[in-house]
Amino acid sequence: MHETFYEVMRRQGITRRSFLKYCSLAAGALGLSPAYAPQIAQAMETKPRIPVLWLHGLECTCCSESFIRSAHPLAKDVILSMISLDYDDTIMAAAGHQAEAIIEETIQKYDGNFILAVEGNAPLDEDGMYCIIGGKPFVDQLRHVAEHCKAIISWGSCASWGCVQAARPNPTRATPTHKVPGLADKPIIKVPGCPPISEVMTAVITYMLTFEKLPELDNQGRPKMFYSQRIHDKCYRRPHFDAGQFVERFDDEGARRGYCLYKVGCKGPTTYNACSTVRWNGGLSFPIQAGHPCIGCSEDGFWDKGGFYERLTDIKGFGVEASADQIGMKAAAIVGGAVAIHAGVSVVKRITQKGDDA
Amino acid sequence: MSVVEKHKEEAVYVYQAPIRIWHWIQAFAIFTLAVTGYLIASPLPSVGGEAYDHYIMGYIRWYHFVAAYMVIIGFVFRIYWAFVGNSHARQIFLPPVWRPSWWGEVWHEVKWYLMLISEPKKYTGHNPLAVLTMHVLYVWGTVFMIFTGLALYGEGTGPGSWQHSYFSTWIIPLFGQSQDVHTWHHLGMWVIICFVIIHIYVAVREDIMSRQSIISSMISGWRMFKDDRPPDDLH
Repeated sequence: MHETFYEVMRRQGITRRSFLKYCSLAAGALGLSPAYAPQIAQAMETKPRIPVLWLHGLECTCCSESFIRSAHPLAKDVILSMISLDYDDTIMAAAGHQAEAIIEETIQKYDGNFILAVEGNAPLDEDGMYCIIGGKPFVDQLRHVAEHCKAIISWGSCASWGCVQAARPNPTRATPTHKVPGLADKPIIKVPGCPPISEVMTAVITYMLTFEKLPELDNQGRPKMFYSQRIHDKCYRRPHFDAGQFVERFDDEGARRGYCLYKVGCKGPTTYNACSTVRWNGGLSFPIQAGHPCIGCSEDGFWDKGGFYERLTDIKGFGVEASADQIGMKAAAIVGGAVAIHAGVSVVKRITQKGDDA
Repeated sequence: MSVVEKHKEEAVYVYQAPIRIWHWIQAFAIFTLAVTGYLIASPLPSVGGEAYDHYIMGYIRWYHFVAAYMVIIGFVFRIYWAFVGNSHARQIFLPPVWRPSWWGEVWHEVKWYLMLISEPKKYTGHNPLAVLTMHVLYVWGTVFMIFTGLALYGEGTGPGSWQHSYFSTWIIPLFGQSQDVHTWHHLGMWVIICFVIIHIYVAVREDIMSRQSIISSMISGWRMFKDDRPPDDLH
């Protein structure tokens, strides 16, 4: 059996006082009341570390890069004391056959009791040959491990929605975890974002450890505590939006004064994420605070919604890409023109008929 | 009404008062919705100064939401009135698409608009082409705009609100994501605008060229006839 978190932490020279502080911080990060800190401490003192197999499909490793920068709790605390990260080919010491052997070992020892974390997704075309892990298609590895896990975490927009490799025309048929055919029916937690916020990632793990259950999910499978509000709803620039004060160009006075980025394409009003509350890099900043519009990276198909700096989405299927306004104005112009012509003909007809009557 | 060779056609009371009031409130609300909706997607030029001095976007959105509720409440009332009102009040909800003869009359109207025939049929209520257009573009167009609109509104009122629970939760994943619902809601506006252009044009044209009054009927409620032959829809 794995050691408990507390045992590992003490072994690393962490005092009980620091440990309790850490528990309070974790409770805060999860949006729980301070009363939950003792529960977290209790869980960490008594529960063994949960084994995690972290698989990588088609991805860019930005999820891992984000994860290792978590400040509350520190990623090292998560990796070294909260979970037992048995397999993560990007950061593990073992390589080759040794590394692949760990997967089988974990499956044997903890069948049905480990968490499968998926970063990236599986390409299905050509029997999955576009992503090979240890000589086999990634999709096979994913199905095999999913068969034995307790729950699946879909890290990032790749695993949750498909992201850039699934963008039109999706040449390899990259498919998000929940849509992989033949995947075992296990609970899937989507943690979208490109990448997800590090504190959101570690908080999801902390929650699952502490309460031995999945966090409450919305009907699209995202943890409610981080994905139930839009960036726009908690944006500190929102007063400028309501006032009608916008950045029109990136070099104008509005940009210098920190006005709302809506007109330069901000997707904050249509993006569910915690960036405007949790922020990034230990709460330092987030894209909008740095003066850049939100690109909506945690939303399904955000690559296929036209320019990042346009408000209106491009609509395909009209021969050329056009926005709703371009299509609508054209339709209205055609209808208006037809009406004008019809009216003209009607007048002519009426005059000639009147002439006939006379 | 007995059909006779030659008889004096009297005015018929078609549009009851609640229908007329509803119609003009709808017209006003839809106009407001289109203007404010366009400005929500493409806001007015930025204003300077401090945020607390202005509330331009806030008011534009507020008018949009108020007008939207007028349409929703009006539409619910309109459905109620289809049950309790006169037979004309049901017409746009139930086009008799199962009757071949009705499609024949639609085709007759199309030919009238293509100027292939010199005289239209005479109707007390809507002509069949008008019923079809109103049913498809207005009734279903409005249903579409109400559902997508409430889904978008629910995003602001948030989880726990009835708009979010009954509309946002299933409509947003149905379209893909929030941005897609915005796009479709926006396209819906243009469909309604096209409907309004056609609606106003044919109302004016029919008023002049058909065999019955149109525009004044939506104000007074009475349908007047220009000739003494019997109408083609029986009442």
